[in-house]
Amino acid sequence: MARLLEYKAKETLARFGISVPRGEIAGDPESAIATAERIRFPVVLKAQAFITGRAEKGLIHFCKDADEARAAARQVLGRTIGGFPVDTVLIEEKLDISQELFAACIVSDEIPGPLAVFADRGGTGIEQMAQDGKTKLARRPFDPVAGLLPYEARTLAVKCGMEGKQIGAVADFLVKLAKAFLAEEARGLEVNPLAVTKDGRFFALDCHFSVDDYAAGRHPELGIEIAREIGHPPTELEKIAAAYEATDHRGTFYFLELGAGGEKPVGFHGAGGGGSMMSMDALVARGFTAKNFCDTSGNPSAAKVYRAAKHILAQKGIVGYFASGSGVASQEQFHSARGMVKAFREWPLYVPAVIRLGGNKEEVAIGILNEFLADLPIPVEAYGKDNSAEFCAGRLDALVNEHAPLEPYECTPTARSEDAGEEYAFDIRTGTISFDHTICIRCEDKPCIESCHVEILEVVDGKPRLREPADESAHRCTECLACELACFKAGMRSISIKLPIPGFEEYITRRGAR
Amino acid sequence: MSILVNENTRVIVQGITGREGQVRTRLMQGYGPKVICGVTPGRGGEETQGLPVFDTVADALKQVGEFDASVVFVPAGFAADAAMEAMDAGIKLVVIVPDRVPLHDVLKLHKFAAERKARFLGPNTLGCLSPGKGVLGMMGGSPDAAREFFMPGRVGVTSRSGGITSSIAYYLKKAGIGASTIVHVGGDSIVGLPHPEILKLFEEDDATDAVVMFGEIGTTQEERVAEMMRRGAFTKPLVAYIGGRQAEEGTRFSHAGAIVEGGRGAYSSKVEALRDAGAVIVESFEELPAETAKVLEGMKK
Repeated sequence: MARLLEYKAKETLARFGISVPRGEIAGDPESAIATAERIRFPVVLKAQAFITGRAEKGLIHFCKDADEARAAARQVLGRTIGGFPVDTVLIEEKLDISQELFAACIVSDEIPGPLAVFADRGGTGIEQMAQDGKTKLARRPFDPVAGLLPYEARTLAVKCGMEGKQIGAVADFLVKLAKAFLAEEARGLEVNPLAVTKDGRFFALDCHFSVDDYAAGRHPELGIEIAREIGHPPTELEKIAAAYEATDHRGTFYFLELGAGGEKPVGFHGAGGGGSMMSMDALVARGFTAKNFCDTSGNPSAAKVYRAAKHILAQKGIVGYFASGSGVASQEQFHSARGMVKAFREWPLYVPAVIRLGGNKEEVAIGILNEFLADLPIPVEAYGKDNSAEFCAGRLDALVNEHAPLEPYECTPTARSEDAGEEYAFDIRTGTISFDHTICIRCEDKPCIESCHVEILEVVDGKPRLREPADESAHRCTECLACELACFKAGMRSISIKLPIPGFEEYITRRGAR
Repeated sequence: MSILVNENTRVIVQGITGREGQVRTRLMQGYGPKVICGVTPGRGGEETQGLPVFDTVADALKQVGEFDASVVFVPAGFAADAAMEAMDAGIKLVVIVPDRVPLHDVLKLHKFAAERKARFLGPNTLGCLSPGKGVLGMMGGSPDAAREFFMPGRVGVTSRSGGITSSIAYYLKKAGIGASTIVHVGGDSIVGLPHPEILKLFEEDDATDAVVMFGEIGTTQEERVAEMMRRGAFTKPLVAYIGGRQAEEGTRFSHAGAIVEGGRGAYSSKVEALRDAGAVIVESFEELPAETAKVLEGMKK
């Protein structure tokens, strides 16, 4: 589930009539001071990061003047949390608080449905306090269409010992919270603490707001960059992956950097959630750490798998490449094989790889990997459904022990590298296919024609081209990459399929070194 | 018997003219059960895969009679609506295949289904398959693959991961163990028929002797199964494997399910609860067939 940073969550609550402290964000110490002066001291300076217990970790500071604000901002900005830097602070007015409460709406799979929770105490350690019985806590399911009704909210308030005017105030707050929860299709919305000021007003002092990934597209107002659970602000490479994925809906591609260091980091390429988890478990059992999580599933095109593989290879410091899903997939597996071949030869692959592509048409997939990668100076082993993820992780372990990562080396990619003498090119869904007809004319077999399962190519005067109507033919291309591989195999290398990833090359150049 | 689907199940396919709808209709026609017709709004009167297409489920019902189940292949954003249409027409079981159905749509669907005493499998499910009888959804992919992967027998399979569902059934088959019905409950955190509901059905099914369950971190499904076992609501032997042991808390992978919330939901919580309740817990996937065989052997004594 996509999470909102505190400031964004509070902005959202405010739209539903919930009071939040006056506040603004800043990205450097000087603007933090200017902001604090606008808001007026004393202020609270809070690191914007997905982490709990910020106060104890020195990520929340109370500042009474500019010097303190500068010192606090300097201390917080640039600190890394879980391997990722803090780049934003929220500066807020400091309220005069008399009481801290807790309020939340969550989705319970047990009901199943939305559930409102309220407690007479809040702040850090609420879970522990609730467990120890030190707090009065009440919960109540509510209707996913009608929302939390005022009388239901009042019941929660009374159960937790609220009295007099507070009953109405708490109920009003909870009804608004439930409204925000349903309207924004949240998965969880938690206000902790819910502060009561000395003059009796209610403020959301901190807020955890997670939104349903699948509904994020219906809520542009939330400005969610990557509609997935991530424990950190998205990295550049993650943003590049997500931006591409948003433009290509065939199958899913998800890439997440796991940040944390560890022994024997491996580039991980999964397929399907459960199979990926099982495969990562198998890796970890062998003493590896997954450098990333990557999932290409739901019948992705070869082009998509190619792009995913490039993201994985682009990470620095991996000692192996491990691809494994459930092992018995319903989708045809050779698309993934072709995508990997193109990526591995192009980058080229510099660490040992174990690829487990089990299921429908796995024999074809394994054949492709073995045939097209045998000449690499680093081993690639391919397996299917009859070899478990545990076995494959064991094979990777053996290979990694024998083969250290290679320095960049010369490798012939499957695509033509040179400019065409006589170019014939057309656009496909997410890229371009280019032929060099001066090469094609020398090719007797024209394996590209036969390899194309949607049969969009024909030979005219010894040169492959799109069948008429050409536009319609190009549109039918499934980006299976079979023609490029067939052309490479024939020793021609006339075909070059360009599959751009916006921002990727620029990122690699800026970052330096492959 | 078997649960949810058998050779006589009468099926209507919603979204039958789409790419997935057509391919998986061929799967169901080739493997079983009985696909009667399909629905695609605006395409009524056409034919696909030799079946009539109607504009609405109500139309189909009027023209060709009752259905036991609807299988939904419409895009995720329209899936809950399609399921409601089927339920409103009186269909009691809806299989919702698409992935990425918005959570709050599913919450509303739950309420709608409860009011009409209807059930749904999914969303984000491969469906269910009773080997040699029939499949609802896309399990196996094609009739040939389904015949290769699955074998009839007396073990029920229920899983929260699609790929793992097929893997379990296939590895059991390799060990000579067949399945009564294989169910993918769906990969999302809120599904229509979670593990406890499926185990209720397996408990009542006289063709099922034991159950193999694939659980995952996140949700309370497995803990509730343990609870059922403790109070005697599920009494058959259960072999369980829980995925996500190494996943860091709070990290959810592409499965919506794997969220760790509070005490329940965590790997250790599930394993301990199930073990205490008498389930056989398998620590690595490889051990599943052998452990299942042992359990079946033990039942003979």
